[in-house]
Amino acid sequence: MPDLLVRGGTLVDDQGERRADVMVRGRDIVAVGADLDVEPGTVVLDAGGCVVAPGLVDLHTHLREPGGETAETVETGTRAAALGGYTAVVAMPNTEPPLDHPSVVRDVLALGHFALTDVAVAAAITIGRRGDTLVPMGEIAALGVHLFTDDGRGVQDARLMRHALEYASDLGVVLAQHCEDEALAAGGHMHEGAWSSRLGIAAQPAVAEEAMLARDLALVRETGSPMHFLHISTAGSVELLARAKAAGLPVTAEVTPHHLVLTDAAVATYDAAYKVNPPLRTDADVQALRHALVSGVIDAVATDHAPHPAERKAEPFDQAPFGMTGLETSLSLLHTISMGAGATRSGAGEPAVRGPGAGETRGAWPGGAWTFAELFAVLSWRPARIARMDRTSGGRHGGPIEAGTPANLVVFDPSETWEVVPDEMVSRSRNTPFVGMRLSGRVRHTIHDGEAIVVNGQAQR
Amino acid sequence: MDTDEVSRALKRIAHEVIERNHGLAEVVVVGLQTGGVPLAERLVRVLKEIEGVSVPFGTLDVAFYRDDIGLRPVLPEEVTSIQVELTGRTVVLVDDVLFTGRTVRAALDALADYGRARAVQLAVMVDRGHRELPIRPDYVGKNLPTRRDEVVDVTAEGVDLGELVADRSGR
Amino acid sequence: MIAGTGTRHLVSMTDLDREGILGIFHLADAFKEVAERPIPRVPALRGKTVATLFFEASTRTRLSFETAAKRLSADVMTFSASASSLEKGESLRDTIETIDAMGVDAMIVRHKSSGVPAQVRAWTKASVVNGGDGQHEHPTQALLDCYTIREALRERAAGAHGAPGVPGAPGGPSGPEDLSGLRVGIVGDVRHSRVARSGVLAMTALGAEVVLVGPRTLLPPSLDGWPVKSTPDLDGVLGTLDVVYLLRIQQERSESGLLPSLEEYHRRFGLTRERATRLGEGALVMHPGPMNRGVEIASEAADLPCSLITRQVRNGVFVRMAVLFHLLGASGPLPVSPHFARTADA
Repeated sequence: MPDLLVRGGTLVDDQGERRADVMVRGRDIVAVGADLDVEPGTVVLDAGGCVVAPGLVDLHTHLREPGGETAETVETGTRAAALGGYTAVVAMPNTEPPLDHPSVVRDVLALGHFALTDVAVAAAITIGRRGDTLVPMGEIAALGVHLFTDDGRGVQDARLMRHALEYASDLGVVLAQHCEDEALAAGGHMHEGAWSSRLGIAAQPAVAEEAMLARDLALVRETGSPMHFLHISTAGSVELLARAKAAGLPVTAEVTPHHLVLTDAAVATYDAAYKVNPPLRTDADVQALRHALVSGVIDAVATDHAPHPAERKAEPFDQAPFGMTGLETSLSLLHTISMGAGATRSGAGEPAVRGPGAGETRGAWPGGAWTFAELFAVLSWRPARIARMDRTSGGRHGGPIEAGTPANLVVFDPSETWEVVPDEMVSRSRNTPFVGMRLSGRVRHTIHDGEAIVVNGQAQR
Repeated sequence: MDTDEVSRALKRIAHEVIERNHGLAEVVVVGLQTGGVPLAERLVRVLKEIEGVSVPFGTLDVAFYRDDIGLRPVLPEEVTSIQVELTGRTVVLVDDVLFTGRTVRAALDALADYGRARAVQLAVMVDRGHRELPIRPDYVGKNLPTRRDEVVDVTAEGVDLGELVADRSGR
Repeated sequence: MIAGTGTRHLVSMTDLDREGILGIFHLADAFKEVAERPIPRVPALRGKTVATLFFEASTRTRLSFETAAKRLSADVMTFSASASSLEKGESLRDTIETIDAMGVDAMIVRHKSSGVPAQVRAWTKASVVNGGDGQHEHPTQALLDCYTIREALRERAAGAHGAPGVPGAPGGPSGPEDLSGLRVGIVGDVRHSRVARSGVLAMTALGAEVVLVGPRTLLPPSLDGWPVKSTPDLDGVLGTLDVVYLLRIQQERSESGLLPSLEEYHRRFGLTRERATRLGEGALVMHPGPMNRGVEIASEAADLPCSLITRQVRNGVFVRMAVLFHLLGASGPLPVSPHFARTADA
């Protein structure tokens, strides 16, 4: 591979911001600074006007392979991730068969070797994700798996959850929970509130998430085992997490981009593009989540990228599957709402109560506009740390950007604006709820282990 | 036409109806909504004055039989009311102005859904020409040649000719 | 009324404002007269095709719509769920687009999932009528219910010449136009009732005051934005109601823990024989059918003269004719006063 020179950008990592060029050789960064010596044959990537940051790490992606290849594969999913500025993703275990056995885990890790980004695996906590028997955690952890979750479901049995936490503590792995008490959720398809009452859709209340979160926080206090909480979505959950962190409990939490922007009012058209679990909640919940991300109660943004074929989403709302894609839009969306003018829909549409523009939260980012360091912290180095893919854990992601470190970088142009057009996206699936939104900021280049996998907004393979 | 001319025309028409039908047995007067109804009521009164016979009277709104449904706003204005059996009877259909003939065509279709009349005769106060269908009146108050864009207004005070005013839908 | 151009739909009661609803009533009056003719049909929708898409079976409602369409001389296409290609794994959108390609002018959609008519509207050029979607709405039911109340009020006003007028109902010489000043109680499982959701919207648009009566477990989780009162005490309000509208209670509600038993429901909220004696002066009793005698209503109470239940069924055809004509025949905004006779074609 030829050397790469990333020229003209502003570096941002957990050490701060500085103007510098970056020289890449092989899989690593060999030099950082101004007026670097350039060998003949070096490929120059123009980063003028751009931010150069450590590549993003997604804690929560559904790559659908094995079993769901109509919607996505490891190859197409990681291509979408690369376009979104990611150099690593953690693949969720709700595949067919699920990632509950070393052989399946090995298969997915092998597929990941040829992918554009690094692919780590989160294995299931219970066999079949059925919630009654623990998987062979030791054997699976030996393959390098660090996170375990039954995502798609939460572990319903409290006693089993306690035993899982105790067992995991020996291994140094972390259990992650999709908090949903199924008895309280009762198969609801959206958030229980004023909108579900008006629309006549069976719904799940906020307490379905909060009850399991409260239970697990108590178990963390009891066992001392760390936990990570997936896709937090309610103000009540934020409150519980804040108290837990203040008490020093070893917990981390993530939030999705869509829960930072959309509310249950978006469901008014019954378009299943807005059907997701946990569901879109109220404006008050969105504001609480934004505050929590700014204050650090929530550590990271994770996409919960959940691709589905178009026909499955063109079903009655209560029959359509849950999920939205997110890898290609998350950085731009978060930049737009935290540093830009706010995301808006383009084009004519129905009045704002129903249709595009409905169900979007407006208003200034809490505490004023973010810096680039704050933006990339929640998308890059903090999730890298949680996934044990950062340098201190022996991984290759999250920066800092200096000579001798791995070359996993994203070059982001904050001034390029673009409109979300499903047919122009590279994920195999098109179920994004952000159709028609104008976003400010776009990934120009992505470098993974020294290879330029995205150049000028185009995936290279 | 002024009020007196209208009254005289109605009286003449009444005599013609009686003469043509050899009396008023089996005659029914039906007024077309909305312009034909007041005239039809007056005709029935005049017939009673002359012959001493109370002729059965009905009203007909042809909204649902129009041939321009879907092309422009169409709504029935008054409820149709025909309380007598029409089969075997002579219907005298009354309207204020005869123009293209389409309303009368619609009225004939509507009447057919009430039974098989022995005959249908048409009485109009004003025939203004510009027929688009082969419809002709049996009794006419006055022939009034007009331009297409003129409006003919028949009221209790008489008949007026005016310029076409844009209606509420802006056509 | 959402004015004028483009395709019209009746997916929710919010598609009609007060003027629009009254317009439907006037049309229904006209169609009531049509039904009394020797040949009870008009050529108004000749050449139009109306398709009934009943993904959820309902012989009664489907026949009501089909009769309405045929009386308007429209062609009727019937699609039933079992005969459709849904079983072959075709998506809902594919099914709708296929039917749309056959060239229909209106689709009447009934489905057990809320929101399907709204989704269908995005996938077709035809007018969409909601024939009942899950727990969301049933607009033609609400329209025929309000029409039936208006009919009863007008008959009462006509019969009581010179007597003090019906409570709070000014109106033309023929009686009240709308439901102003009326107090309506909707009793029962509002949470799961599409009839109640449409009913609340229609009745309040027409000026009625609505109170929901039932146990908290059967009320919607949130009444934010609903222009209604609610109470769990039927006996406390019964005497003040001009209309008592009873909803069906399904067996599943007691099985899913929302109710201890249907017997307890009947004791607390049923229109028992005893409660029927405490109905207000002139109060009307209604039910969307089919009735569970002994649950929401005692057998004896169902057959009271103040019960409008059979009239609701009969008026269904007239109101559905009015809806179809409104969507497919009367294009353009409803007039404020009639001036069509004065235009060029006469």
